[in-house]
Amino acid sequence: MKKLMIGNEAVARGLYEAGCEIVSSYPGTPSTEITEYAAGYEDMYCEWAPNEKVAAEVAFGASLRGKRSACAMKHVGLNVAADPLFTLSYTGVTGGMVVCVADDPSMHSSQNEQDSRHYAIAAKVPMLEPADSAECLEFSKQAFELSEKFDTPVLLRMCTRIAHSQSLVETGERKQVEVKDYVKNSQKYIMVPAFAKQKHPVVEKRMEELTRFAESCGFNRVEMGDTKLGIITSGTCYQYVKEVFGDSVSVLKLGLINPLPVKLIEDFAQKVDRLVVIEELDDVIETHCKKIGLQVEGKSLFSKIGEFSQHIIAEAFGITRNCAIGCDEAIPMRPPVMCAGCPHRGMFYVLSKNKITVLGDIGCYTLGSQMPLNALDSTLCMGASVSGIHGFNKAGGQECEENTVCVIGDSTFIHSGITGLVNIAYNASNSTVIILDNSITGMTGHQQNPTTGYNLKGDPASKIDLETLCRAIGIKRVTVVDPYNLQECEKVIKEELATKEPSVIISRRPCVLLRHVKPKPALAVNRDKCKSCKRCMGIGCPAISMKDKKAHIDVTLCVGCEVCQQLCPFDAIERGVEN
Amino acid sequence: MKTTNVMIVGVGGQGSLLASKLLGKLLVCEGYDVKVSEVHGMSQRGGSVVTYVRFGEKVYSPIICEGEADFIVSFEKIEAARYSKFLADDGRIIVNTQRIDPMPVITGAAQYPETVLDELSGKGVKVDEVDALALAQEAGSVKSVNIVLMGKLAKYFDIPEKKWFDAIKSTVKPKFIDVNVKAFKLGYEG
Repeated sequence: MKKLMIGNEAVARGLYEAGCEIVSSYPGTPSTEITEYAAGYEDMYCEWAPNEKVAAEVAFGASLRGKRSACAMKHVGLNVAADPLFTLSYTGVTGGMVVCVADDPSMHSSQNEQDSRHYAIAAKVPMLEPADSAECLEFSKQAFELSEKFDTPVLLRMCTRIAHSQSLVETGERKQVEVKDYVKNSQKYIMVPAFAKQKHPVVEKRMEELTRFAESCGFNRVEMGDTKLGIITSGTCYQYVKEVFGDSVSVLKLGLINPLPVKLIEDFAQKVDRLVVIEELDDVIETHCKKIGLQVEGKSLFSKIGEFSQHIIAEAFGITRNCAIGCDEAIPMRPPVMCAGCPHRGMFYVLSKNKITVLGDIGCYTLGSQMPLNALDSTLCMGASVSGIHGFNKAGGQECEENTVCVIGDSTFIHSGITGLVNIAYNASNSTVIILDNSITGMTGHQQNPTTGYNLKGDPASKIDLETLCRAIGIKRVTVVDPYNLQECEKVIKEELATKEPSVIISRRPCVLLRHVKPKPALAVNRDKCKSCKRCMGIGCPAISMKDKKAHIDVTLCVGCEVCQQLCPFDAIERGVEN
Repeated sequence: MKTTNVMIVGVGGQGSLLASKLLGKLLVCEGYDVKVSEVHGMSQRGGSVVTYVRFGEKVYSPIICEGEADFIVSFEKIEAARYSKFLADDGRIIVNTQRIDPMPVITGAAQYPETVLDELSGKGVKVDEVDALALAQEAGSVKSVNIVLMGKLAKYFDIPEKKWFDAIKSTVKPKFIDVNVKAFKLGYEG
């Protein structure tokens, strides 16, 4: 029976049916659920790795030992995993290996909008792009065949609308794949210059063979309709094209998007009067078409920015759209916010109040940049806060050192903050690093990590002791504070900024959304005592608002963290019922 | 057969994902082609969230554009207004009258537009207002707001009640089935 699955669940099913045995990933929206669903299959070993580079290398190791393996990451994760990827292209594989990468056009939950197809081109590896969940399953399965046939890792490119859209999928049985024997093969797997020089021509030859394969493989298909207009497209754009035109125009749908076919495209171009490429983000297919000498339109009609939709495509072809009725009144924005009781809030309040420069990082705490806390000065990429503060302080000297901190979450610190801290200790900057330890990977939806004491399956696992780790790196001053205690936070921050050596402050309090964290009874405002000074509003808690000119706490949201209580100069916030 | 478009909008954390899962399962059982586009990640943290459910004989795009929604099911008052431009000419808004202040209102940077639903009704938009929070409380859990609203939506679908109950049973945890069936009935009758 057909079943609804999000694309990521279908990829996980595809990995399972392909006989994949090892999956190692680092969470990142919109890729996270691939590995979470994969972990639901007993026959596959699945894990959260500390970062994407480690994950890709684990998959490499499993492939080397002869088993089918995979890893999954978001687009920016592939930057981290790019190092192994580029040389994996040279070594090739023993067991099939698939790297799933999910792009995020329109940046629903990302810091940039990069197009992962450039990696496939640069690393010279094949890339598949499914257009719905059924193809997610099919392509992820066939990716292993492709990987083993052409002796290469295969990239599977997802995007938010494919990864997080449910559509119908027909499931099959798990394939029994023979585990290949391990045979030492120095020339294949030791990429020293002498062997790598032998390998590069092999890679180039493989790309030529893959291009020939692309001409007639089942991943690419032509759907002929009227020949006045011919559209070349792939992935989610294919769905928008079909939504607008149905079967009325001719479409070349590409599933293998690197390398791109030549003859197939030329033949298609010849049959149509007008040729248009529709692709989100960069002009990869369009550039290829122009390179082979075709007259084609693409980015002259469509943006390189953001997601497309059926309307965007209809408009580009001058097709009139439904006239939308709607509300004219300005509706206030509703940006995402830190949850009521979020342990990051108290720390950000103290930093903001003391006008401290804060280099930020990637996670829930990036929300500390928003009003009213307005507590961050930068957010670049995973780990950049810790490395960045060192450069900032080296450049700015004492003046900066006394008024700058960086903040990084527990999972992000493990991902790529540790090396930055090593640099701070080794190259001696007087930097103050705050690790916001909420005992979980928060923003991606609560994944375990090496600091939590549990693994992907929720079983007890080795737990990194952050204090010991920081001391081993060479940081002598390591202090743990409770971010619910504003006075303590302020005192410690001031002490550590004033001190003449590097220090780490661990701000420790588990995420309030964790199941084992039991909320305290809600607080209430004593309206007789409230003088409407709005001091409590300064922490940007979604549970607090002004009602009839007095502060009001929403009992359904408040978890009794008492941070607001510490701000009230009139002791108007009490435990109990609002009067 | 024309594709039917349902948008489920609200505030991250209100349970719109579960509502879309329920609807998706139900419509697949009814033999439709179905696509559901979900929202994950950053916007789930108290932000404005939107889920698209599309069904018909053959559905291509997973998303709904302005002027296309046959139904907008809104979990919060101003979220209904925010997405009202997505409504098709003869579309209908089903809205929980609950007010949840967004951060710019909390900080005083913006006013909460109290009269938006009246403005829409005044323009001839079909608006069903329902105090889903009160009905959810009556059913036994404030978290069943999503199922109350599904009950309200069910009035416009030609699908037997039993099929909805089956979909609820296969979507929520066993210990919450009774509460949610009750919430569904209250929404349907309310």
